[in-house]
Amino acid sequence: MERNLTYIALMAAFTAVLGFIPKIDLIPGVPISLQLLGVMLCGLVLGAQRGALAVILVLVVAAVGMPILTGARGGIAPFLGATGGFLFAYILAAFVTGFIFERWKGDLIVGAVIAAFVGGVVVLYPIGIVWLAVYLEKPILVMTQSMLVFIPVDVAKAVVAGLIATQISKARPAALLSRQDS
Amino acid sequence: MLSLTSDHRTVFHGIPAGFKLLVLLVFSIALFVFPDLRVQAFALLLVFLAFICGGMGFLGEGINHLRRIWPVVAFICIWHVWSGEYAVGLALLFRILAVLALANLVTMTTQLSQMMGVLSWLTTPIRRAGISTRPAEIAMAMMVRFIPVLSEKSEALRESWRARSPKRPGWRIVVPITLLAIDDADQVSEALRARGGVQETQSKL
Repeated sequence: MERNLTYIALMAAFTAVLGFIPKIDLIPGVPISLQLLGVMLCGLVLGAQRGALAVILVLVVAAVGMPILTGARGGIAPFLGATGGFLFAYILAAFVTGFIFERWKGDLIVGAVIAAFVGGVVVLYPIGIVWLAVYLEKPILVMTQSMLVFIPVDVAKAVVAGLIATQISKARPAALLSRQDS
Repeated sequence: MLSLTSDHRTVFHGIPAGFKLLVLLVFSIALFVFPDLRVQAFALLLVFLAFICGGMGFLGEGINHLRRIWPVVAFICIWHVWSGEYAVGLALLFRILAVLALANLVTMTTQLSQMMGVLSWLTTPIRRAGISTRPAEIAMAMMVRFIPVLSEKSEALRESWRARSPKRPGWRIVVPITLLAIDDADQVSEALRARGGVQETQSKL
């Protein structure tokens, strides 16, 4: 119990700190940063339920007014903004990433990258795009096209997340809570 | 250390946080229900006047906060100038600006402790149902404490990287940061258990 709780708090803080790292402006618009990498790692390290709880913790602490989201954003405005859908979808992204990784039987690195990709791209994007389209009252197809530029970077994040998770499993096998039952 | 609360004292600081959040909720819903341009323009004017009530410094701060959504504003402008639907575009723009400005106003005039109070009130039904929210509160406090610790650790690692290499420390230092953090978390969880753990407090509720 104490260990789970501390790890959830730790990964939440880790996700917040990754948001501080200056964003790379691929194109201006939706801020891209390493925060998604943190969300993926929450799922990979903590597993489905604890990973989702860690992301919820990040969002709640941000909502009460701490500027811990990408670009030092915080408060209620980011959740009511055009990209709010991505924030809410982070919860499901971490859950799905953890869910897949917990059950993965094959090679660890392959499983980690696939899990992070499915959670952080396949699950995240449709929710974020639908929110964006409804919010801006624009066709979903156009919004999807405008978001395509971000996907290669996020695929790279999934690979990095997978590499990091594999490194953790080598250095501190007990720390990978998602893989403890297998 | 980190806070989005404004230094300018305004009349809004005295209003209970729960009430401000409720106003924000009703305001946002109303603007989505009534998409008429006049309604949206009036709403934006109201928010603007509210900011003026807080003084010029407060208004400047509010505008500064809004500046970061310029890509969305630019997108809407380009789209609607190109499509020729000026009224629809303007209404959309006013609504987004009004809702986000008001959300910022609430955040800027509400202390972290007041927001925590609202959060605690919102979770009352969970406690009534017999589930302790104590672990969640502890997790929140620990997370907030972990943030500066992690930042310091990563800064220290970055410095030692710079001392050894002319190259910039890239993502390669992420793994050592994570490992340091994991070791810390293990110690903290042991310390937490040694002091009676988180479950024990349940009996007090």
